[in-house]
Amino acid sequence: MQYEAVIGLEIHAQLMTESKMFCGCSAKFGSEPNTQTCPVCIGMPGVLPVMNRKAIEYVIKTGLAVNCDIAPHSRFARKNYFYPDLPKGYQISQYELPICERGFVEIIVNSEKKKIGLTRIHLEEDAGKNIHEGAEDYSFVDLNRAGTPLMEIVSEPDIRTPQEAAEYVKKLRAIVRYLGVCDGNMEQGSLRCDANVSVRPTGQKEFGTRTEIKNMNSFKYIEKALEYEIKRQVKLLNDGGRIIQETRLWNTNKGITESMRSKEKAHDYRYFPDPDLVPVEVNDKWIEEIRSQLVELSDSIRQRFVSQYGLPVQDADLLTSERSIAEWFEEAVKLGGEPKTVSNWMMGEFMRLLNEEGKQIEESSLKPEHIVGLLMLIDKNVISGKIAKTVFEEMYKTGNAADVIVKEKGLVQVSDESEIEKAVDEVLANSPDEIERFKAGDAKLMGFFVGQIMKITKGKANPKVVNELLRKKLII
Amino acid sequence: MTIEESKGAIDKGDITPSDLTNDLLQRISGVEEKLRAFVTVNSEEALIQVKMAEERLKKGGKQALQGIPIAVKDNICTEGFRTTCSSKILENFVPPYESTVTRKLKESGYILIGKTNLDEFAMGSSTENSAFGHTRNPWDISRVPGGSSGGSAAAVAADMCIAALGSDTGGSIRQPAAFCGVVGLKPTYGRVSRYGLVAFASSLDQIGPITKTVKDSAILLNIISGHDPYDSTSANLPVPDYTSVLGESIKGIKIGIPKEFFAKGLDSEVEDSVKKAVKELESLGALPVEISLPHTEYAVAVYYILATSEASSNLARYDGVKYGLRVEGKDLLDMYMKTREAGLGAEVKRRIILGTYALSSGYYDAFYKKAQQVRTLIKQDFDKAFEKVDAIVTPTTPTPAFKAGEKTNDPLQMYLADIFTISVNLAGVPGISIPCGFTSNNLPVGLQIIGKQFDEEMILKISYAYEQSTNWHKKKPPL
Repeated sequence: MQYEAVIGLEIHAQLMTESKMFCGCSAKFGSEPNTQTCPVCIGMPGVLPVMNRKAIEYVIKTGLAVNCDIAPHSRFARKNYFYPDLPKGYQISQYELPICERGFVEIIVNSEKKKIGLTRIHLEEDAGKNIHEGAEDYSFVDLNRAGTPLMEIVSEPDIRTPQEAAEYVKKLRAIVRYLGVCDGNMEQGSLRCDANVSVRPTGQKEFGTRTEIKNMNSFKYIEKALEYEIKRQVKLLNDGGRIIQETRLWNTNKGITESMRSKEKAHDYRYFPDPDLVPVEVNDKWIEEIRSQLVELSDSIRQRFVSQYGLPVQDADLLTSERSIAEWFEEAVKLGGEPKTVSNWMMGEFMRLLNEEGKQIEESSLKPEHIVGLLMLIDKNVISGKIAKTVFEEMYKTGNAADVIVKEKGLVQVSDESEIEKAVDEVLANSPDEIERFKAGDAKLMGFFVGQIMKITKGKANPKVVNELLRKKLII
Repeated sequence: MTIEESKGAIDKGDITPSDLTNDLLQRISGVEEKLRAFVTVNSEEALIQVKMAEERLKKGGKQALQGIPIAVKDNICTEGFRTTCSSKILENFVPPYESTVTRKLKESGYILIGKTNLDEFAMGSSTENSAFGHTRNPWDISRVPGGSSGGSAAAVAADMCIAALGSDTGGSIRQPAAFCGVVGLKPTYGRVSRYGLVAFASSLDQIGPITKTVKDSAILLNIISGHDPYDSTSANLPVPDYTSVLGESIKGIKIGIPKEFFAKGLDSEVEDSVKKAVKELESLGALPVEISLPHTEYAVAVYYILATSEASSNLARYDGVKYGLRVEGKDLLDMYMKTREAGLGAEVKRRIILGTYALSSGYYDAFYKKAQQVRTLIKQDFDKAFEKVDAIVTPTTPTPAFKAGEKTNDPLQMYLADIFTISVNLAGVPGISIPCGFTSNNLPVGLQIIGKQFDEEMILKISYAYEQSTNWHKKKPPL
């Protein structure tokens, strides 16, 4: 039987607010355990949560970017369960009335556009972390993360393939990074993704029994885990088995999903409205204020790069994959760089060097003014295109300007005919056989002569002059 | 002595704050054994604080409570001073932060004389649910002082402090005030910050004064009221000077007498006293009007669903992980269970179980949600009544103070002790209990006056007028 998969995704995105969701503690990642805590976020008796407006603003911003309705009234609810990393014995979350509902994003898979619906976006506080290393018969609790704001984005079950799922997550990651509300770091867990997966005979309307897949911390693993899970479910059904509704963990090492063994029965979270917090009231004025700050999103920037700068679609795609890359590009163009040339350098040398180091563009000491300086030297025939590559690498390494490097290393292009002529004569004098063969019709040897001359001049000879002299001397 | 009197005496130089504090500490050591009003007496630190207050006085400091010893219910956090909630689970808990109300008292120069006993986590009506001894009624030590602010009410009645703070979730200020013959005010929900008040039921809890006179309640309310950025549920409204309305005439003020509060179950002597009090108010110019609060009969049921639901969640933090009592176990679950088994008392456990049940999936709609809907109806009863009247007058409790141990084995009977006070919390309106007579056994009777939201001025004004024309508040318990 033919089966199709039905997938819905839940994305948890840590918001990049300065302080936590309900207290003034820093929300920074990676500090010494329990150094970013206060009576509120460690759940001491009698203290009360106070809402961080910035976090709400970030959720509204995201909601607007993905076409959601923003609720005029939303409410925080308590999700009750016991765990050492949950200091109050409940997590402040949203249940019945989330901040955003009914949105969508568009993804492109196999050159086809597809709309993925969003059920809701809500805000909640993160839990702390239990640490099991360092002692044998007890564990530690680090509450630095407890109370940091977390945005949960829930999709409709509109996704049909693992590839679509990965594209959807990429899309949302790009959006939250563009908006500057989440850094999107999947390895560190600031963007986490869980999937609900079921399969059904193609054409059937009703959904099959679903499983929830957790622990997929990269795009690659999302695709792999879902591929595995879909195959597992189809095989199980074909063998006459039944799918059990359960939570399964993706095991990266084994490349399979595994049932999460839980001693306890299903949780009853006993959600109810948090009486310590008043409802969140969002008026049109606030929404419009946030809308006016919305940065141009990747889709519209991509289109603009094509229409305004005449870039090919592939160039525009790559240059808009990250907001920081797009901004770098536009800055270089504004400084006078020719768009396509800048794009070539970025997509070629620059990305290669960044990838080698695993660096983000904003971490590099190479700035837009560097490349513009380099392009100017090429335009003015100060250096050759070949030398330019060397200069580029040097700029990347040192952060020095192109003209400084060229001067220091003596890389200025030689265009003086008499100087180049010496090299030409030397090469021709040493290559009688090659001249014979060339004259007999082996035109490829032209490259050999140029190469030899460049070798002697250490690449500094102006190729145009070299060519002209060679043509003259060989009487072509 | 009252706040007003002691302030006057200090200002005139008739008494120093040190003498006042020493006198009270002596009084405490004389009667505490009988009454057990305190969990912790601040005998040493209070003397240091009072010296500092005297220094400030010498320099001409003029603060509202300069050097005046006040007792604080032991579920209100005091920085660096043990706060137990009368529970074993917090027996050694010392908060690293100050509640907003005690911070305000501090800024007014008060002396913390001690932390008073309560029913564990404010759950109870007799102060018999305390892990640290049962408080007794100064008027008859075989009887309970009421609860849960029984320690505060007994301490005020027995002159162990000048005034006290209590907290009121379903009557916990007013009912013990009535039983002990003192004044107890529960402000409008949101009038006073809850920051630092250990939560029992967050949507109902409110801190308020327990004092010897109406004026003292107004003085304390002036200090503790107002918006607090640390409590989102505190109202961002201006705070009037509550003492300024005292003494105004109550002529023409309409007082509603809800017929549902004078039904069966009401002790006849209590009924007599309250009816006489209504007559007295009438003679002062007030106009009694019979009204109806038709959903009153559901109040206790609604309260015991909502309050326990919130409590089941509020008390989840006492898990042995971060602070307070921990009893080691063979694994995490075992540690949780052993800690909570040993650390929480029977009534607290009962309420956690009730609340957990009411919030469980499958029961939520039938219990929690339904109770919320009925709470809205109860609120609407009050809204409608206040279209016709300026205040509502009722007995505070159906009976005078009952015998210790009388209701400890019958939770339902115990719950009914709050039948007249609970609906006030559900509606979020202010209520005050003032002394209005004594039974033939010489037990105080309380009169409850209920006002509109944020109209504490009205109930204080009526209370003051009544108090000035009667002598009940001047009577002292025969200790």
